[in-house]
Amino acid sequence: MRAHTTETMPAPVEADLPSEDADIEADIPWIVLVWNDPVNLMSYVTWVFQKLFGYPREKATRLMLDVHQKGKAVVSNGSRSEAERDVARLHAYGLWATMQKDR
Amino acid sequence: MRGPFKRARDGRYKVMLGAAEREVLATLPDQLRGVLADPGDKALARLFPAAITDDPVGDAEFTMRTQGDLTDGRLAGIETFERTMTADKLTEDELLAWLRTLNDLRLVLGVRLDITEDTNFSVGAEDPRLPGYELYRFLTWLVDSAVEALPV
Repeated sequence: MRAHTTETMPAPVEADLPSEDADIEADIPWIVLVWNDPVNLMSYVTWVFQKLFGYPREKATRLMLDVHQKGKAVVSNGSRSEAERDVARLHAYGLWATMQKDR
Repeated sequence: MRGPFKRARDGRYKVMLGAAEREVLATLPDQLRGVLADPGDKALARLFPAAITDDPVGDAEFTMRTQGDLTDGRLAGIETFERTMTADKLTEDELLAWLRTLNDLRLVLGVRLDITEDTNFSVGAEDPRLPGYELYRFLTWLVDSAVEALPV
């Protein structure tokens, strides 16, 4: 299943870009992804999205279908610590969640 | 088949399970506690997946910050599930603990039984996979019913 997570980032067009310093890093938002797995029920995944994020049923269902059909969905975004909190809450409910910088 | 959990008029949840079904449930808490206590168990990695796959150091920090609380939460849920296993009615918090524990057990069984999207559960009576598949489908039935009964 980990094969789903090996997305490659496009290489930068210019080779001499300045390396990012810590201040710039801190401003980059993070996204939280949920990945498809063969066990969690569609009804359960929808319910967790509603419960944890307060999403209306329609939005939670659409995200669940994206997970199921496209293999993943972005379910929230924010600072690094906000993303960590959301990933931990999703892991507590047994969903396969990861986080990455949104760039 | 209709699910076993139903919201009652007093706001609690009826549990319509027979003695044989509860006997099966009674075998489950120790199995899940065993997984949580065994760092070498493949199913443990499913309960605590990597959070940041392109940054091993950041991921290790995430694990350090979160795994203790997540494990404590799971153990507390198992304890509630065990304590209320023979109850005819559950509070919302208790049914939530059941749901999370039963779903964790489905995930563990999914790893043990190598469940994929294409798994065909219709195997013969002599097939060694049958008992595992039956338990998995029993858990599916319970999880689905709890999700339907609980508010979001």
